[in-house]
Amino acid sequence: MSLLDYFKLSKPSSASIAKERLQILVAHERASRNQPSYLPQLQKELLAVVQKYVQVEQDAISVKFEQDDEQEVLELNIVLPDDPQKSY
Amino acid sequence: MARIIVVTSGKGGVGKTTTSAAIAMGLAKKGHRTAVIDFDVGLRNLDLIMGCERRVVYDFINVINEEATLNQALIRDKRCNQLYILPASQTRDKEALTKEGVGRVLDELSKTFKYIVCDSPAGIERGANLAMYYADDAFVVTNPEVSSVRDSDRMLGILASKSRRAEKGEEPIKEYLLLTRYSPERVKLGEMLSVEDVQDILSLHLLGVIPESKSVLTASNAGIPIILDEKSDAGQAYSDLVARYLGEDRPLRFVDEKKSLLGRLFRV
Repeated sequence: MSLLDYFKLSKPSSASIAKERLQILVAHERASRNQPSYLPQLQKELLAVVQKYVQVEQDAISVKFEQDDEQEVLELNIVLPDDPQKSY
Repeated sequence: MARIIVVTSGKGGVGKTTTSAAIAMGLAKKGHRTAVIDFDVGLRNLDLIMGCERRVVYDFINVINEEATLNQALIRDKRCNQLYILPASQTRDKEALTKEGVGRVLDELSKTFKYIVCDSPAGIERGANLAMYYADDAFVVTNPEVSSVRDSDRMLGILASKSRRAEKGEEPIKEYLLLTRYSPERVKLGEMLSVEDVQDILSLHLLGVIPESKSVLTASNAGIPIILDEKSDAGQAYSDLVARYLGEDRPLRFVDEKKSLLGRLFRV
């Protein structure tokens, strides 16, 4: 292996960085493109309901929408606070 | 019944108008009666690239508003009698372009033309949406560069959801990737996304790769569609692309770096 090859291997090319960034971005944007448009509003309203009973942070609720040929899955994840005494 | 092709990209400056002019001329030269329409209302430029800017009398909006007939507005190309150009209006009123109006003009053109090429403006506004709305095929013009690839992917989303075919639940628009301004030398050096990289990201059927070429500017300076410059790499690549679209088998050219004289002598 020549010295030149060593430098080529040690530092990823700018094109490969571009490809990696684009693959992540495009996957993310495609996923959100296929989501139903009511999702953000649903998340907001769910948060309001949970906050009526439990003290949770803004980011304690995540709503995920997944779709394959067979079915659509709406996944709701609520992270409750560690100390249940804090709830009201 | 005509086949409607939209040349789109999202991002500006990637070569939509150059491509529209080239493929329209290419299809016409193959003997197919072809019309090419400029959808960039307010920023007309296809006429310049086609070299017919001094022959514009009526435009697309005049036809939509029934101020002129289609025959009055269509400009017959002087180099190829199978090719007609419908220029965009220079009005600043973007509302002038309506879905019904565009549909009417395309219907009328469909009666006598084999191919209708719609040169989309950049962006995702009305002009771009209407250029792709009635399309059967989409040529997604992309540069091997991050912002262009991202915008192309965004256009794919719009093609799949906001077109007439999508709304009516018909067979979706056929999407093709056209990679333009490609520089094999820079790809070799790891400075530019390769054809395979872009295909991996967009997963699109590749119709052709147009190499970066000085001839493109020279041709546009003179108002000659680049495909007529048969000596240039870019012109030949467009000819291949049109042939491929029409079902001919043409291997990809101009995707490997040119060998230097020394390299050629020693066959490395």
